[in-house]
Amino acid sequence: MTALIQARGLTILRPGGSETVLQGVDFQIRPREIVTVVGPNGSGKSSLVRALLGHMPLAAGQVERRPGLRIGYVPQRVQVDTTIPMTVRRFLSLPRRVSDRDAARALARTGVEGVEARQLTQLSGGQFQRVLLARALLHDPQLLVLDEPTQGLDQPGIVAFYKLIEEVRHQTGAAILMVSHDLLVVMRASDRVICLNGHVCCEGTPQHVSSAPEYRALFGAEAEGTLALYRHHHDHDHDHSHDHHHHAGAH
Amino acid sequence: MLDDFFARAMLAGLGIAAVAGPLGSFVVWRRMAYFGDATAHAAILGVAVSLAFQISIYAGTTLVAAAMAVTISGLVTRGQSMDTMLGVLSHSALAIGLVAISFVPQARSDLSAYLFGDILAVGRGDLALIWAGAAGVLALLAWRWQRLLTASLNEELAMAAGIDPRVERLLLSIALAVVVALSIRVVGSLLISAMLIVPAAAARGLSRSPERMVGNAVLIAALAVMGGLTASLYLDTPAGPSIITAAAGFFALSQVFRRA
Repeated sequence: MTALIQARGLTILRPGGSETVLQGVDFQIRPREIVTVVGPNGSGKSSLVRALLGHMPLAAGQVERRPGLRIGYVPQRVQVDTTIPMTVRRFLSLPRRVSDRDAARALARTGVEGVEARQLTQLSGGQFQRVLLARALLHDPQLLVLDEPTQGLDQPGIVAFYKLIEEVRHQTGAAILMVSHDLLVVMRASDRVICLNGHVCCEGTPQHVSSAPEYRALFGAEAEGTLALYRHHHDHDHDHSHDHHHHAGAH
Repeated sequence: MLDDFFARAMLAGLGIAAVAGPLGSFVVWRRMAYFGDATAHAAILGVAVSLAFQISIYAGTTLVAAAMAVTISGLVTRGQSMDTMLGVLSHSALAIGLVAISFVPQARSDLSAYLFGDILAVGRGDLALIWAGAAGVLALLAWRWQRLLTASLNEELAMAAGIDPRVERLLLSIALAVVVALSIRVVGSLLISAMLIVPAAAARGLSRSPERMVGNAVLIAALAVMGGLTASLYLDTPAGPSIITAAAGFFALSQVFRRA
């Protein structure tokens, strides 16, 4: 198959309940693609990611990962407990040990060179996210999975982080799957956006999604902002109707 | 040397110190203090069971403590609110153990030996078991070290690397049960979790990496054993509590000299 991950008809139940978190979701990501999943809180974004990684039991559907697929993962809200003393260098060697040279190179690539001896708990939010990204890049991943990677960053930090993600894609050729709240920035950085709310509400290019009624119904005023962005930058694109067959999902 | 009760006590204490350092570090890292308490308190019930069925104290306490540890770790997996549940289990285990032991006539007289330890009565057989058990647990921790550490740091990161956090949690639970059983003669059921937590907590402030913390915890536990036992000899104080008192002293000192 050409896709790195292909999923069909994913249905996931809330742990210990019969309520569905996700219902009948189809998904795929191809090499070098940047795909972003947006959706309100509780829309099943993280569950989708965890199911794609195989961390979550499926009530129905199937996930196929390309055999031997190397995935670099930055989970949501990594809280490092202050009870564990841990330098950045030691953290990069968990669970697989890496050489000092590879560690230094990964840190340099994400713009945090020289922090090896620092304790994880002494890093700022932005530095910590970059260290997590460096760790995810260590074993030459074909796919990077980032779940809310900019949580806790300020606006300039968010913009800088997405710039870094694009650089990483450019340098490594890894495909990137992101879950995000940062509608405006994400819209610019993605090849494809999936708008999720228990099912796929709409899906397609950022331009397409930002003008889709389902997306605007979910995000309201914030959606107007991203639409304005595209009106402004892509006026000439907007009459095209070929995007509209992308509307998908079980309503 | 092994003919001397004091030398045997010292060696038994040092054996426990060697394993309490690393295991206690995991108890601190994973915030399992109450978990340790519940498992240790279950040991009293284990003593009652051992005496009633006339099996080895070590076997009985390991089994009951392991049953308790596995039960708790199953509850953790199902994500129940743990604080109250652990409190209930911990104190119930102690109370039920004390009630059960009152039905075993020969145990009533030396109940305090099981609650607070009786390290000066440690024999050659106990010593061999303590060191063999400690070596076994240390080998397990060394074998799984990278996995255990990753799973303790963050379960999502562990799963992404193909590590099943439930397996690592189960292994730690079993290791904990073994150490509880080994420690019951040395510091007693009530103070086992102190032996795990206090040296590791003291080491935390002095250490910049997990391996250093383990090393420092072993060192502090060993010093506490030597200091506490020696003090108990000269001051005629109970040995187990003296060891923990010494460890608490090191903890207080470590708070003054914190580094990280």
